[in-house]
Amino acid sequence: MSTTSTTIVNLPDQRTARIPKRNYLNNEDGLLSWLFTGDHKRIAILYLISITFFFFIGGAFAGLIRLELLTPQADLVASDTYNKFFSMHGIIMIFLFLVPSVPATLGNFLIPIMIGAKDLAFPKVNLLSWYLYWIGGLFTLAALVLGGVDTGWTFTTPLSTHYLNTHVVTAATGVFIIGFSSIFTGLNFIVTLHRMRAPGMTWFRLPLFCWSNYAASILMVLGTPVLAITLVLVALERLVGIGVFDPTKGGDPLLFQHLFWFYSHPAVYIMILPGMGVISEVISTFSRKRVFGYTAVAFSSVAIALFGFFVWAHHMFIMGVSNYSALVFSLLTMLVAVPSAIKIFNWAFTLQKGSITFETPMLYAFGFLGLFTIGGMTGVFLGALGMDIHLTETYFIVAHFHFVMVGGMLMAFLAGIHFWWPKMTGRMYPESLSKLAAVTTFIGFNLTFLPQFILGYLGMPRRYHAYPPEFQVLNVLSTAGATVLGIGYMLPLLYLGWSLKYGAIAGNNPWQATGLEWQIQSPPLTENFIETPIMDHEAYDYEWLAHKTAQEVTTVG
Amino acid sequence: MSEFHDPSNVVNPEHADHHIISPVTYGIVFLTLLVFTGVTVGAAYVDLGILNPVVALAIASFKAVVVILFFMHVKYQSKLIKLTVAAGFFTFLVLITMTLSDYISRAWGLW
Repeated sequence: MSTTSTTIVNLPDQRTARIPKRNYLNNEDGLLSWLFTGDHKRIAILYLISITFFFFIGGAFAGLIRLELLTPQADLVASDTYNKFFSMHGIIMIFLFLVPSVPATLGNFLIPIMIGAKDLAFPKVNLLSWYLYWIGGLFTLAALVLGGVDTGWTFTTPLSTHYLNTHVVTAATGVFIIGFSSIFTGLNFIVTLHRMRAPGMTWFRLPLFCWSNYAASILMVLGTPVLAITLVLVALERLVGIGVFDPTKGGDPLLFQHLFWFYSHPAVYIMILPGMGVISEVISTFSRKRVFGYTAVAFSSVAIALFGFFVWAHHMFIMGVSNYSALVFSLLTMLVAVPSAIKIFNWAFTLQKGSITFETPMLYAFGFLGLFTIGGMTGVFLGALGMDIHLTETYFIVAHFHFVMVGGMLMAFLAGIHFWWPKMTGRMYPESLSKLAAVTTFIGFNLTFLPQFILGYLGMPRRYHAYPPEFQVLNVLSTAGATVLGIGYMLPLLYLGWSLKYGAIAGNNPWQATGLEWQIQSPPLTENFIETPIMDHEAYDYEWLAHKTAQEVTTVG
Repeated sequence: MSEFHDPSNVVNPEHADHHIISPVTYGIVFLTLLVFTGVTVGAAYVDLGILNPVVALAIASFKAVVVILFFMHVKYQSKLIKLTVAAGFFTFLVLITMTLSDYISRAWGLW
């Protein structure tokens, strides 16, 4: 037991420490015990393996895109192949990685434990959602193997309905099915958080991770069906020509975009909100303070979820929507910046006068704070009607949403994976190597995407495989950054795998964190708690923890 | 959960006053749906001009309400369940209203 001022890590004596004899990982043996499990923790692990698989496929396409853009000429692939590359990159990264990333892995694993429950409300539905994820994933892979799809991830009409002969329906079917996986996850979380909280676990004692996942779940349940029915309409338009999106039959191609972005704008909040929950937990733990303005942070999640439904047409400002409508949507878009800023400011105030230590999850969290702020602020540029006309459909947009999704969400995901890795596996990751990975990711990310802001501002359009020679220097910088970023993502895969066998034994609470999940053994029992816990203190109560720890020492001594 | 002792029924309050709906009610719902399906078909043969789709949508909405309230038991459920159902309708309303804000004003100033 050693605690210094530079770290809060508190590991048991490695000579005597053992992984608990009974835990969820070894409770049952064999592949079938995993494939037919109802245990939320095992399903989380299944999801973690699955989304990692798809992340590296999507990442490979990102690499190919950057490789093509190394030179101004179209020398690596033909233009239509390039279109297929970025379509597959978008579809896989959004539907198969970002949307399920934090909720389906960390959320599945942690929400029941955080609220003191034995499992989610519907364990079998939870397993079903993983199977649906894979069925949808296989459809997407089938579209890829059979020759690809080149609509972009947006399936925009009339391109997708009238002009393409690629595998649009196959890919759309995949997305349709994955959508139900997402709906089931959201439904499960909502019911679990309403019904299965332990005695004393009131709404305002929930960890903020639960609040943000709750908000994201509402979006999943209310938004995803709209995407599903929209994709059905695209398929019907292609197959039988029903004419909903065809002006010659009285339809309107813009209607597709209204319906699509009605889901897909809230979908970016489905992606980012759970990540914000991770950041709340990490920042509180590594500055040893209760999250500043707990209630404001909790309600800002709900506010983002609500406002998220009122802003979608900012994706369509130059598409021919009414100017008056665009004005309203532009104004409403500015509103979303408010709850996002509330979160950023409250995290900053949580850090103020905290006892900050710089373990790996905290490094990723700092990365999130800076990069998400840049991503969010450039979103305000794009929400302004005049600026949008200049910047939309350029690399500025690409840089903006990668700052939010990769710089924000992926940083938060990696912060969460490192933070809860000891709880999930019972073993620590190697600290210095993981710090190196966090810094590498941050440098690689900025090198990749900062030049794209400039490229976009100078007028380089997105979705083209060739560009004027004067843009080459910035594109070379970006491609070079992508290789650094790639190494930053490969490193965790390697050392986290290594740590499964060789990592230090973590003990119950290596971070001395306050959440219920840290008060049980690592890895947890299948039933999580031996007896139903009773929550008798507020969330992030470090005095309660210090008191409890002191008493434990007295008892042992 | 079954072996968990829960005298105040915290875990599953929905089952506390579980309303049993008689087969007669289901029969009435079924008949109502059949009758209004007939009305929909009949109304399609009457030329009401612009009112034709309005009537058809009104009948469809009425049928949906009957199904939700009685067949799906929403009428007898807690406020939380009703709120959940209302959330879906609210979202749908946002979708329609905000989309119409585009369609209504798209031609303004262009004629």
